Amino acid sequence: MLFRLAWRNLWRNKNRTFITMASISSAVLLSVTLVSLQRGIFDNLIRNVVSFYTGYVQVHGKGYWKDQTLENCLPLTDSLLRSVQNIPGVAGVAPRLEAFSLASYGEATKGCMVVGIDPESENGVTHLKDKLISGDYLARGGSGLMVAEGLANTMGVRTGDTLVLLGQSMYGSTAAGKFVITGILRFGAPDLNQRLIYLDIGVARLMFDTGEGVTSLVVSPANESEFRALAARLQSSLTDVADVMTWEEKMPDIVQHIETDTASMYIISGVLYLLISFGIFSTLLMMLAERRREFGMLVALGMKRGILARLAVIESVLVAFLGAITGILISFPVVWYLEKHPIKAWGALRETFERLGFEAIFPTVLQADIFISQTAIVLTLALILAVYPAWHILRLNTVQAIRS
Amino acid sequence: MEKVVLDAHNVSKTYNEESAVPVQAVNNVHLHITEGEFTALVGPSGSGKTTLLNLLGGLDRPTSGQIIVGGVDITGLKENELINFRLHNIGFVFQSFNLIPVLTARENIEFIMLLQGASKTDREKRVNELLNAIGMPDKADARPGELSGGQQQRVAVARALASKPKFILADEPTANLDSASANNLLDMMIRLNQEENITFLFSTHDQRVIDRARRVVRLVDGKISEDSQ
Ligand SMILES: Nc1ncnc2c1ncn2[C@@H]1O[C@H](COP(=O)(O)OP(=O)(O)OP(=O)(O)O)[C@@H](O)[C@H]1O
Ligand SMILES: [Mg+2]
Repeated sequence: MLFRLAWRNLWRNKNRTFITMASISSAVLLSVTLVSLQRGIFDNLIRNVVSFYTGYVQVHGKGYWKDQTLENCLPLTDSLLRSVQNIPGVAGVAPRLEAFSLASYGEATKGCMVVGIDPESENGVTHLKDKLISGDYLARGGSGLMVAEGLANTMGVRTGDTLVLLGQSMYGSTAAGKFVITGILRFGAPDLNQRLIYLDIGVARLMFDTGEGVTSLVVSPANESEFRALAARLQSSLTDVADVMTWEEKMPDIVQHIETDTASMYIISGVLYLLISFGIFSTLLMMLAERRREFGMLVALGMKRGILARLAVIESVLVAFLGAITGILISFPVVWYLEKHPIKAWGALRETFERLGFEAIFPTVLQADIFISQTAIVLTLALILAVYPAWHILRLNTVQAIRS
Repeated sequence: MEKVVLDAHNVSKTYNEESAVPVQAVNNVHLHITEGEFTALVGPSGSGKTTLLNLLGGLDRPTSGQIIVGGVDITGLKENELINFRLHNIGFVFQSFNLIPVLTARENIEFIMLLQGASKTDREKRVNELLNAIGMPDKADARPGELSGGQQQRVAVARALASKPKFILADEPTANLDSASANNLLDMMIRLNQEENITFLFSTHDQRVIDRARRVVRLVDGKISEDSQ
């Protein structure tokens, strides 16, 4: 009964209800889109960071992160590898031996990052096989190399060509080798795409003379959202042996970026909702003024103020609910579209992103919790705002209201 | 024996008591209404008719005095008790805009019984009775906006009756009606009074309405100056 009355009251002043609903839906649309976009951008960023190269968690030899020389590498014995693999929550471990080198082909010489990997475990952690665009993926113990597409293009090489690598061994002597290109890899991040060369880790160890040494272990967590806890567990079991770092520690500037951006998004959303709150509030004031006499009459007839106040609350929550639902129905396809067709970054922003090594796209994510939380915010706001008419009704002077 | 439905003793109402110019809107009124009366409350503008009706109906509280309705002193009731008391004992008809605009005639009448918690079958039976009594069964599903002023007032009377109150208070029920509609409404009220023994107490300015009342109570400056009984 109360609900039916509230529903009909909504349509007493169709224009006002439509305007209120429209302002609520546009706020929901904006907020949902912004939040989905922001989360999409960050997810993309993290996915870039993590799956393109860094991984969620890395284990380094002690002191390696501050002074990245082969002298600080981590001697990776079989027992150490097994003990890392056996830590609960570890899904995969990929050892790497990374060293700067020069790559030459004919006249062309380029600086590059040589990465010695165990081909299978590297693929398990960073899905390197997916990045192969021509030739074959490195075989375990294989003597060939894989080169990133950008670097290959700059040097004018393709599969079957032979590259000469020139670097420095762990003990300072020249480390050199000739390798046939067996595969070309494509990285989304331009920085990686211009730099990386992959060798089998056994081959790299020999070339750089590190013995059992590796520069890092990339650890992939069984549950990605629990990477911090995993890092803590790893660190406590490797206290004296190694330093464990999460991607957040390795790239604090990205974390910083996400934090500032999230904060400014909260402010934007807050202002947006503040604005529509004023809008809703002013329509509530109009409604109260218009219906003052009617409210007085209803109390006179014997309607308890509490019930009448409930009616006013139901009415305002109902408008908010309708507005929120409409907003969500509109934002769903918008967010969906922007997920399938992400906005591309341009200008300085694009450069910044590429310098950091990320794909310069701004995708959205379609996640139910964003829609739910924005609806919840709108409904909560409506409930809070409805306190005013409720309070107004509770202290309404019946006699004066009827006389008015 | 005559059944007393309303008994006002020494009732006074002063507005702005604390201020330099207090207004004594109702001054020492004694009024005794028995079941089946049809009483007009008359007097010049500002004489206190509305104030007195509001006091008698438990909408406002007197500054002093006692108002006894069906044996209950309503001046002692708390706000929520008073609302509940009104719901079950007093019918109200106001000058205009009596009805909830978004409800049909039927729903407006039914509304009071819903508040009372009456069962659906009771409500339907009573609403149909009342629609017949006011001669508007064909307008049951019309909204107030689709009814004439006179029809709206008739529905308001039906709504006031719906709760089976002890009496009906009406503040200038005909003031916004043309004389034909006013006459019509009055005919209906008189018929309800005579056939169903419904007690009416209403204020009015209209001499033709006054002429048809059985008892006329005249207020001047908040005092009863004349009572035809
Ligand atoms: N809330 C109030 N505060 C102060 N004075 C009031 C208030 N309400 C009514 N009055 C005064 O009380 C007196 C009686 O008013 P009331 O409305 O009861 O008269 P009335 O007989 O109904 O008049 P009318 O025929 O014009 O409706 C008037 O002088 C009026 O100005
Ligand atoms: Mg009056």
